Amino acid sequence: MRPVTRIHSRTAVMADENIDTDRIIPARFLTTTTRAGLGKLCFNDWRYLPDGSDNPAFPLNRPEAKGCAIVVAGRNFGCGSSREHAPWALLDYGIQAVLCSEIADIFRNNALKNGLLAIVVSAAEHEWLLANPGIELSIDVEGQYIALPDGGRIGFVLEPFARHCLLHGVDQLGYLLHNEKLIAHYEQQEKAA
Amino acid sequence: MSAKTLFEKIWDAHVVAPETADTPAILYIDLHLVHEVTSPQAFDELRSRGLKLRRTDRTLATLDHSTPTLPAGADGERPYANAEAKAQVAQLEVNCREFGIELHGWDSSERGIVHVIGPELGATQPGNTIVCGDSHTSTHGAFGALAFGIGTTEVGHVMATQCLLQRKPKTLAIHVDGELPKGVGAKDLILHIIGHIGVDGGTGHVIEYRGAAIEKLSMEERMTVCNMSIEAGARAGLIAPDETTFAWLQGRPRVPQGEAWDRAVAHWRTLKTDDGAQYDREVRIDAGTVKPTVTYGTHPGMAIAMDAPVPAARNAVEQRALDYMQSRAGQPMQGSKVDVVFVGSCTNSRLSDLREAASVLRGRRVASGVRMLVVPGSEAVRRDAEAEGLHEVFRAAGAEWRIPGCSMCIAMNGDLAQPGQLVVSTSNRNFEGRQGKGARTVLASPATAAASAVAGAIADPREYLTEVAA
Repeated sequence: MRPVTRIHSRTAVMADENIDTDRIIPARFLTTTTRAGLGKLCFNDWRYLPDGSDNPAFPLNRPEAKGCAIVVAGRNFGCGSSREHAPWALLDYGIQAVLCSEIADIFRNNALKNGLLAIVVSAAEHEWLLANPGIELSIDVEGQYIALPDGGRIGFVLEPFARHCLLHGVDQLGYLLHNEKLIAHYEQQEKAA
Repeated sequence: MSAKTLFEKIWDAHVVAPETADTPAILYIDLHLVHEVTSPQAFDELRSRGLKLRRTDRTLATLDHSTPTLPAGADGERPYANAEAKAQVAQLEVNCREFGIELHGWDSSERGIVHVIGPELGATQPGNTIVCGDSHTSTHGAFGALAFGIGTTEVGHVMATQCLLQRKPKTLAIHVDGELPKGVGAKDLILHIIGHIGVDGGTGHVIEYRGAAIEKLSMEERMTVCNMSIEAGARAGLIAPDETTFAWLQGRPRVPQGEAWDRAVAHWRTLKTDDGAQYDREVRIDAGTVKPTVTYGTHPGMAIAMDAPVPAARNAVEQRALDYMQSRAGQPMQGSKVDVVFVGSCTNSRLSDLREAASVLRGRRVASGVRMLVVPGSEAVRRDAEAEGLHEVFRAAGAEWRIPGCSMCIAMNGDLAQPGQLVVSTSNRNFEGRQGKGARTVLASPATAAASAVAGAIADPREYLTEVAA
């Protein structure tokens, strides 16, 4: 994984609560055997009209949302399935961070392992971010804060190991493999029991 | 020694390295279940690093998501939805051969939905840690196993190391007191619970279901309850193992035999929450108040008794959900016209579910204009159902009897509903487009699904069950 230290972008708002993984990428596209190129399918059934043209009602199709790498989403973003195709699709679409007052557990795990910042902010800060679309934010992973245009800051907490891996591009499988001795020891004890 | 919850006992027994402020725990995984959709990229990762799969004896694979539920044609060709689905299935066959994994593929008499065959084979056992690249892995918690869904990166971690990096989740006890009324089942109960605590009510937690009403449930019913834990956002759902669990598991292919069985059961009896152990949260539900329950919106938390009025939308998102479903605030779901009925999925495709649906359909017909699909959860369920003649009951009623798979629950194999159609489904998710673009899903029990098929509209199964009994 490449290191992720800072993300600077305008925000786009997707205010709906409970945006589930089937909306992020419908199940019929999960027959792929690679992780590449899923961006064009991201939000497929919401993003396009039946004739294939852009749906103007889809929040990220609005002109002001074009090119935004930070999405402020309604509560409980990413609920539903464990498909890692959801963060793969979002990243390939160009989204690098999702800010929310609550993010579904499996989605958040999957996102952070792929360098997609899934960040939980307080309910009050979430309200404010939802009400102020299009502002320029700078997310600092090292300092764990979001810098606002007026110089203010919103703090957040990432799981410390996930943060370490983001900052240094650490590969978690490498870390697990490095603990081979402990794993072998556990297996021996288990056998003896 | 301090009092522990069931969750803590299983967690503590699997810690390879404890968590610290800087690092998550390294947790050992006893059983890794694999299917075609969420594994190919993980196998590629192993290949690119030159890694082996660490414990082939703790890994079990099957084909279920992308597989057609119609049999092969005269030419031997299976009717895949598209070339990509066919290639994905072929890829798992290749990967299992290359990495030495036991695959219950097309030629296996035990193939089926991953969460149905794990328990059937006795691979699912109390006290185990079980993972799969599928959120409904929570199903296996019915046996007192800590079982949860993971993403594909983590599938690769388990393949290579048999371990996962995990922060310890919180615990939520759901006490279900009293007794379920006659004609009300496990599916009604879990929909009622999710309606009560909300679609994110379990986020960050492992749920332990307990209380008199839970103890009375059969293993199949417990699986239905634990299966939908993820629909409340929970990491996992657990039920302490008891005599019902042991009786169900005894003699299955992968459980210990003879003296080893006795030793295993003696250990399994210790797997319950100690008196005085503390949960992070507790909720109480009165089973006596549960009625036949269905969903009315676009997530499983939007659930109510079918005869209760649909609540008014509290915000624009809820209004959009009601509009999508064509549900009307103030009106009950009961009586809504039905186009398709689906009985199947890892929630409700076991023999007892099929018996429940058949008991309503016996001697009756699916209403004209309604399409009904019955998809058994596994080849074993299919065999048992056919031995009892259930397939004849379904066919005589005008329903389609298919071969095992996830089918219309996830609708990625070509089994799907058309835009605007209302589907009464025994599956677990009613998200927009889940069963086909524009399709409207109402989650329900097998009895409610069958009664709705006969009535051509959402119907209370108790009216049909009483008639059969008389």
